[in-house]
Amino acid sequence: MMESFRHDVIVVGGGGAGLRAAIAAVEADPKVTVALVSKVYPMRSHTVSAEGGAAAYVEGKGDSLEKHAYDTVKGSDFLAAQDSVDYFVEQAPLELTRLEHWGCPWSRNDDGTVATRPFGGMAVPRTWFAADKVGFHMLHSLFQHSLRFDRIVRYDEHFVTKLLVDDGAVKGVAALDIRSGAMRMFQGRAVILATGGAGKCFPFTTNGNIKTGDGMSLAYRAGVGLKDMEFVQYHPTGLPGTGILITEASRGEGGYVLNAEGERFLVTRDYGVGQKAELGPRDMISRAEILEIEAGRGIKGPYGEFVQLDLRHLGEAKIMAKLPFVRELSKIYAGVDPVHEPIPIRPVLHYMMGGVDTDVRGATPLPGLYAAGEVACVSMNGANRLGSNSLTECLVFGARAGREAVAYGRGASDGQEARLRAAAEEEGARIDALRGRKRGSEKIAALRSEMQTAMESGCGVYRKQESMQQAVSDLARIKSRYDDIALEDASKVFNTEILAALELGAMLDVAQAIAVSAAHRTESRGAHACRDFPQRNDRDFLYHSMVFHEESGPRLDKKSVTITRFQPEERKY
Amino acid sequence: MAPETGEMRKRTFVVTRFDPDKDQVPKTQTYEVACRPDWKVLDALNHIKDEIDPTLSHRWSCRMAVCGSCGMNVNGEPKLTCKTQLADYGEVVEVEPLANFPIVRDLVIEMDGFMEKFKSVKPWVIVAKEKAAEEGPNRQSPEELSAFKQFSMCINCMLCYAACPVVAKEPHFLGPAAIALGHRYNMDSRDEGAAERNEVFRGEGTVFHCSYANECTEVCPKNVDPAAAINQAKLNAVVDWAASFVVKRNG
Ligand SMILES: Cc1cc2nc3c(=O)[nH]c(=O)nc-3n(C[C@H](O)[C@H](O)[C@H](O)COP(=O)(O)OP(=O)(O)OC[C@H]3O[C@@H](n4cnc5c(N)ncnc54)[C@H](O)[C@@H]3O)c2cc1C
Repeated sequence: MMESFRHDVIVVGGGGAGLRAAIAAVEADPKVTVALVSKVYPMRSHTVSAEGGAAAYVEGKGDSLEKHAYDTVKGSDFLAAQDSVDYFVEQAPLELTRLEHWGCPWSRNDDGTVATRPFGGMAVPRTWFAADKVGFHMLHSLFQHSLRFDRIVRYDEHFVTKLLVDDGAVKGVAALDIRSGAMRMFQGRAVILATGGAGKCFPFTTNGNIKTGDGMSLAYRAGVGLKDMEFVQYHPTGLPGTGILITEASRGEGGYVLNAEGERFLVTRDYGVGQKAELGPRDMISRAEILEIEAGRGIKGPYGEFVQLDLRHLGEAKIMAKLPFVRELSKIYAGVDPVHEPIPIRPVLHYMMGGVDTDVRGATPLPGLYAAGEVACVSMNGANRLGSNSLTECLVFGARAGREAVAYGRGASDGQEARLRAAAEEEGARIDALRGRKRGSEKIAALRSEMQTAMESGCGVYRKQESMQQAVSDLARIKSRYDDIALEDASKVFNTEILAALELGAMLDVAQAIAVSAAHRTESRGAHACRDFPQRNDRDFLYHSMVFHEESGPRLDKKSVTITRFQPEERKY
Repeated sequence: MAPETGEMRKRTFVVTRFDPDKDQVPKTQTYEVACRPDWKVLDALNHIKDEIDPTLSHRWSCRMAVCGSCGMNVNGEPKLTCKTQLADYGEVVEVEPLANFPIVRDLVIEMDGFMEKFKSVKPWVIVAKEKAAEEGPNRQSPEELSAFKQFSMCINCMLCYAACPVVAKEPHFLGPAAIALGHRYNMDSRDEGAAERNEVFRGEGTVFHCSYANECTEVCPKNVDPAAAINQAKLNAVVDWAASFVVKRNG
């Protein structure tokens, strides 16, 4: 019989959002136990790679909650839900302070207060940092702090494959224990998805191997809508070839972006970033780089054309104090020392603004299911997120989802164990049938790379109706071929081939949702820049796109935007 | 990425294979791979997995030397494979799981023991009275920060355990990363838990077992310098113990 575990709350994912949710849940009620189920050990989660910083109001810098809210809403091209943004900016300083109390080594001013740095699209320097390894320090601080709580029970290297729904509410998950290859059932009154983003749908990304959109697909398959999926963020400073990120903090600390002629084109030409220059928002700078390259002012390299990030004028001392990781990464992965040479850069797929539809509480429309962090779309980022808002988002909405899940669980039932078990057994049988399934003629790696190519050509920095439609039809074809994949590894123990197969399945769901949403939005807004429809069109498109899973394919719908104090205006800097 | 430029070089990878369902002992398997000049060891493993042999198991994720997943022994030395340049190696590259750990499968090692040691040093801020968030952040001067910052840079890749001669002989030795982590909190001006941790440090199989081989510091990909942490931790644990003795006697 399948092994099963019961906890009050099941948290899926051990990154910034999942750890924060787990801690909040056990703190909300001294009797609650939490299962923290994660496909990698928590400290391997991709939050670890975040470099630049986490935004929150600080006293005495000319900042206010209203300013942070306005910057966020404007950055979102007015597609953010303003109730979510208000809650976010208000909780942000408290959450970053908690992390300070829990040991996060924030960089300091001489007087011992927490230091902040400027970041793109932010009117004042409100980005807290720990040199340029902010995500690493936040994740490790959270993980280490979480070890204090015996009521957070970890199930490391467990891959969740299905949400268990009974009587219209989520009551648990089925997960594959990677080490043994056995399926297990986790029963809980509430489930929080904190599985992160889906950058691996694209070939060239800052995201690690594990960012495959699993949680988005889990919710989608359970009938929950995916919101605003067309809005994917390209970061302007990725290393050609690997896609490894050079943090925006390098511009926050004063770096320049140059074309082949050594010209600071964000200053000399009009790309809409105004006085902000290198500290303009990411969508605009990524577009400017593409236009520079198209105008013949890029530099040719083995991995395509690029522009450059110049830090030389900052000097070695500042680079070593504020950006040591940038130097290390540039040396190892681009073969340049930024103290002496400019760094080659180009736009790189970075972040999903869209995700599982939630309200400000982190609740999805499906009772018992919550989501937080990059997997979720609580709609604080709208059509373009500001750098350094999302680490804070993981904390603010992770904590909220943790508390809400506990409160919901008090009034909820455990669900019918026999029915849940039957569903989990059925899922186990599906996984068993897939493992080592030799019949089939398609290869995982080949299909994955076809999907990635379709996404890059259809849903790049600039998009065209024709290429988006092409991506939609390519993806439908790839998806039908996915049913015919062959697997060679029949062993149960630590079988990573079956994980790759399941991840590809999830990515295909997510990729399709992105492409279908993108193709339908015949306007340009935030990160969604259409060559055929270059203007924002509030009359017809000031709404959230929704995609629902149907057997016949994705179904589109819409949802209204919560607009309170900031009315849409032209987005100019 | 587009493999159109650069001199490809053929290399032979000799990789440990082990499947507990089928094998009594680990064996090796050889793969020929045409490698790009800028590839890291991990790129070759991923190429093998995707193009040659999907049954090979290895852990990896961030491929930017910060998640700590992809530690392996390369030509006998513990390395973070995502930052280990193939250009520094010859024709034949031997890849084995990290030494001194039980093997789960192929290049995947078991981490349970490490995770227990990690937790045993109480790697969290211990204070007599917890502050509310509304009270605002603690003050900590840049000097106070730098007293522990280096020891907070550990990515838990466990290369130091694979290199440590004491871990090899005494699997229960707390080991470099765990001691450095405990020491990191002891050195943090915001923490009041040093006495508790020093007690752990003075326990069986802990700090005093270190033989000053310095291997941990040499293999550390993040310059954490665990050997220095162990030295300081030893001293502090003794001083702390002596002091408590004096206090008890006098008081
Ligand atoms: C290189 C880089 C730099 C960045 N820098 C910044 C920055 O400076 N500031 C900022 O604000 N933001 C930054 N971001 C964005 C930010 O880091 C992420 O959005 C955020 O960390 C996501 O955290 P998360 O908790 O949602 O997900 P993750 O940290 O990705 O964690 C996801 C978790 O879910 C688990 N999981 C996934 N699928 C499954 C499954 N099927 N079963 C079980 N578990 C599963 C994983 O194991 C993992 O534990 C950066 C992003 C990148 C890629």
